[in-house]
Amino acid sequence: MFHLQDITKVYRRRQEEVVAFKAASLDIGLGEYVAVVGPSGSGKTTLLSMLGGMLSPDTGKVWFEGESLYDLPVTARTQRRRERIGFVFQTFNLVPYLTALENVQVPLFLHGVSKSEQRDRAVALLEQVGLGNRVEHKPSELSTGQQQRVALARTLANNPRLILADEPTGNLDPDSREAVLSMFDNFVREGRTIVMVTHDPGAAARASRRLCLNDGMLVMPEESRTTKAA
Amino acid sequence: MNLKTLVWRELAERPSAMLTSTLTILLGVTALVAIRHVTVFSEREVGQQLQSLGANVLVLPKDATLQDYYSADLTERTLPESHVASILLENLPGVERLSPKLCVSAKVANRDVTLTGILPQSEFQAKAAWQSVSLFSNKHEGCKKAACGPKTYDAAPESLASERTIDQLKDNEAIIGADVAEFSALKPGQTVELFGEKLQVLAVLPRTGTVDDSRVFAHLHTVQRLTNAGEVVNAIEVMGCCEDAAGGLVPKLAELLPDAKVVTISQVVSTQVGINRLMSQMSLFVLGILVIVGGASVASTISSNVRERRREVGTLMALGATPSLVTRMFLLKAWTLGIVGAVGGSVLGLIVAMVLGAHWAGVTVKPLPGLIALSIGAALVITTLAALWPARSAAKLDPCCCFQEV
Ligand SMILES: Nc1ncnc2c1ncn2[C@@H]1O[C@H](COP(=O)(O)OP(=O)(O)O)[C@@H](O)[C@H]1O
Ligand SMILES: [Mg+2]
Repeated sequence: MFHLQDITKVYRRRQEEVVAFKAASLDIGLGEYVAVVGPSGSGKTTLLSMLGGMLSPDTGKVWFEGESLYDLPVTARTQRRRERIGFVFQTFNLVPYLTALENVQVPLFLHGVSKSEQRDRAVALLEQVGLGNRVEHKPSELSTGQQQRVALARTLANNPRLILADEPTGNLDPDSREAVLSMFDNFVREGRTIVMVTHDPGAAARASRRLCLNDGMLVMPEESRTTKAA
Repeated sequence: MNLKTLVWRELAERPSAMLTSTLTILLGVTALVAIRHVTVFSEREVGQQLQSLGANVLVLPKDATLQDYYSADLTERTLPESHVASILLENLPGVERLSPKLCVSAKVANRDVTLTGILPQSEFQAKAAWQSVSLFSNKHEGCKKAACGPKTYDAAPESLASERTIDQLKDNEAIIGADVAEFSALKPGQTVELFGEKLQVLAVLPRTGTVDDSRVFAHLHTVQRLTNAGEVVNAIEVMGCCEDAAGGLVPKLAELLPDAKVVTISQVVSTQVGINRLMSQMSLFVLGILVIVGGASVASTISSNVRERRREVGTLMALGATPSLVTRMFLLKAWTLGIVGAVGGSVLGLIVAMVLGAHWAGVTVKPLPGLIALSIGAALVITTLAALWPARSAAKLDPCCCFQEV
């Protein structure tokens, strides 16, 4: 799915250089469930952004399903993201003035789905995450767990084959956390791929592979590769 | 869900954020629409006044004012009728027609009317033939009008309303204005009694919306006889063949008739022409304000909206919104406030023009669709240009800001 080659990403700020991410080579295969762990500021979000086609590296190439992402024009990159990638954010990033239903409709609208189909699919997705009776609620009228479930419905709207998640359980109560993680389990079981940044050891343990980052470097990446017991 | 709903939902949630710039556009368009409407109709009115009197020169008694002439209330001051013959004999270049008038107050059906004595054109023909002068055939130098000289007059008495002269009018005939006909219920063929004498109604003039509607026209000599005024008139209207003729005629007439006051109609309306010019310049000034203040206000509103919505824009981009869609989203916000401001401003401006136009300038204002469309168009062009830069900066936002924690 991903092949990263000689990647460096450096931030310069007042003569000071911060190596946010550096890797000679990194592969992520189809169907892998990858947990990215590491202390704060170690480059986890930087890695996730580069995988999502939103941050171009200073050197090297990011190959995504056989295409060099950053050699594509912006619109093509946006299209790949829209069609193949779903994002999950720590703070959900729901649009505050839209209802749950409308929030789920956004990626469908961006994909050019017709209005009536948008509605039908969004309702079905919300029912799938157990919020069939909350479609007309605004995010502010929902609990954090419910908000994250709306966000999950939105993530799944365009039926992505990859999920990029940045601390998806960071703000959740145990029940909601479990709901998110079991949905991720299902997602991987269908042969799809997840790259999840997490501080949560329990969540990381459910992944099939762990990438440890420190100061922008991968530490013992292969060592932590585990095969999940069936 | 589409771009429109996305924008609408945000604006509906917090309309106050866009209020200031909407109001700025609204007030700018209001001022523009109001001033332009009043100016246009005021100019039209001046044009109509000029046209209704032709390229005219007025010969008035020395101490008469133009207001006296307009209010048709000249009974106190008079000129000798012989001036008409003097002008006729002088055969001045550019003179096309003469129309001496004597106005007196009279009563018809117990209502006040103005009895106006006029001289039919046939009498000039007769006089000219008698004096062996070729009537009104003297072209002025550089006359732009092809057919300068004797006209074939329309014989219908109703033409008095538009031509201001009449071909035939007998001593015992009268022509009545539309208002007079209405309140006296007089019809052509009936008789109207004036100063104890019965005159036959020759025609009813079509409504003109001027003082002429409440006039009764009769033969000049009849009016002179009935009122014992003697051989006098209140005013002599001199119709030049075109606008240029009027200017050249004034000094010549003044020289010819030293005891009279000679003015052109453009002098009559010069004050209003001046005001109109001032208002035209004012509307340019308002347009300038609209461009600068309205544009700056829209630009700042949209930029602060972009700043405020950074994370949301990042999220939309993560979900697959292209940069051009993001640009369009912010332009649509600008257009929404532009349209609301422009349409609201047009309606308000029109109301202001209708109320104030009648009050201040004394003109009746009606909506001018072209002008309104132009104002709305101008407001939209301004909002678009003002919003273009911030909207494009939104498209260049780093999508990674969607990962930022709040
Ligand atoms: N836009 C930016 N400008 C400058 N420095 C940045 C920027 N984004 C991240 N960094 C720096 O890059 C490093 C890695 O950041 P990040 O990937 O966000 O870490 P993590 O997600 O692991 O906490 C940090 O030192 C951070 O300060
Ligand atoms: Mg981070």
